[in-house]
Amino acid sequence: MATTPKTLIGRAQELVTSTQVWKSVFRNRLPDDRRSRALVVLSNVFLHLHPVRIHKSGIRVKFTWCMGGLTFFFFLVLTFTGLLLMFYYRPTVAYAYMDIVDLAEQVPLGIMRELHRWSGHAMVITVWLHMLRVFLTGSYKPPREFNWSVGVLLLVLTLLLSFTGYLLPWDQLAIWAITVGSNMARATPLLGHEGPGSALLTLGDVPLITSGSDARFALLGGRFVGEGALLRFYVLHCVGIPLVAAILMAVHFWRVRKDGGISRPL
Amino acid sequence: MTDAKVDASSGGAAPPTTPVPSGKPGAFSRRTFMRWSIPTGWTAFTAACVSGLVATGRFMFPNVLFEPPQSFKAGRPDEYNVGEVDTRWVDSYGVWIVRDQTGFYALIATCTHLGCTPNWLATENKFKCPCHGSGFYRTGVNFEGPAPRPLERARIVLADDGQILIDKSVKYQQEKGDWEKPGSFLRA
Repeated sequence: MATTPKTLIGRAQELVTSTQVWKSVFRNRLPDDRRSRALVVLSNVFLHLHPVRIHKSGIRVKFTWCMGGLTFFFFLVLTFTGLLLMFYYRPTVAYAYMDIVDLAEQVPLGIMRELHRWSGHAMVITVWLHMLRVFLTGSYKPPREFNWSVGVLLLVLTLLLSFTGYLLPWDQLAIWAITVGSNMARATPLLGHEGPGSALLTLGDVPLITSGSDARFALLGGRFVGEGALLRFYVLHCVGIPLVAAILMAVHFWRVRKDGGISRPL
Repeated sequence: MTDAKVDASSGGAAPPTTPVPSGKPGAFSRRTFMRWSIPTGWTAFTAACVSGLVATGRFMFPNVLFEPPQSFKAGRPDEYNVGEVDTRWVDSYGVWIVRDQTGFYALIATCTHLGCTPNWLATENKFKCPCHGSGFYRTGVNFEGPAPRPLERARIVLADDGQILIDKSVKYQQEKGDWEKPGSFLRA
């Protein structure tokens, strides 16, 4: 700094960066060489998930299709728009459907719900394409096999987010789609009341696994898709599954770095 | 303690001897305390963790359900017209009561394809599911669409007070031969 001639911009910059407020936030000097650029990434909580240096193939679109990044982008969009929707939507049988109608017709910027819906569809599509790309480039092979497994869990969570969100509009399509979908849980081995082996779980003559105590009941909070199911799916959709997904995403991104970096031969 | 120290300093390479438990034999020593308290503590901790997990799982199964009971009284037999499929209990309990020439049977209004609720179409004399188009005769037997088996029947008996008693928790499936059993049919 001292060697460069004092321009107006240079002087203003010096003024700002010498304040205690600035220095308390940014511990290192401005990123004007390789070392300070690396330090910026290392010392920032948001940037540090990303590697300081990546191989040049890592930024080639043909290598990654950018699908993992886009999936994460849609997750962020969904988190933000979903949070906004929560200010208006009430997950009860009496209000749910009309609140969804109001979100389109009465609430300012009535496309917020559509943004959430379309981003949800897009996330499912990009996560599949991401998986396809990882498969085609053989990036599931050792030492990345653990991260592939984490990715499979994230795929399942993405589909579950989509499934739980499907019920919330509480229209005929939603109710019957979840009725049909959750009926699969009846056939859970041992824990579904129509599943194999559930008849073995008895206390004397009393069956333990009935339509009022099986896996589907735990999911729906009732014998059919009603008030309990709406509330449970809402809580799972807004808190439960996103929380688990966020933790697994942190592991997923971390392991991308630790297992040899993004999309390149090892 | 002192004994062990003396041994170690005089013998040099001698292996460290086990310290003798202090106090008189049979007294409650520190070692005895540890030998019992550590396993007991871990067992108690594990039990607490497991019971916490079980309690959390149990939390998801409510004690009171705000939904119609599985069993209900459906009025007196003479309130039903011969040859009619009665739809008065479908919305509340999900059951059709059919009165034919010889008696009554109760069909559970759940499609055997994927679990939607079919409609009774009186003009076409059939049950028709709106989800995927499965059709059932008034007996409950499937004849069109993807449904793989007939509708299930619920237990139907006469209660002591002369009313019809329906119990949905007892089901009779035609393909298992259950429709021959008493309880699947109520003779008038």
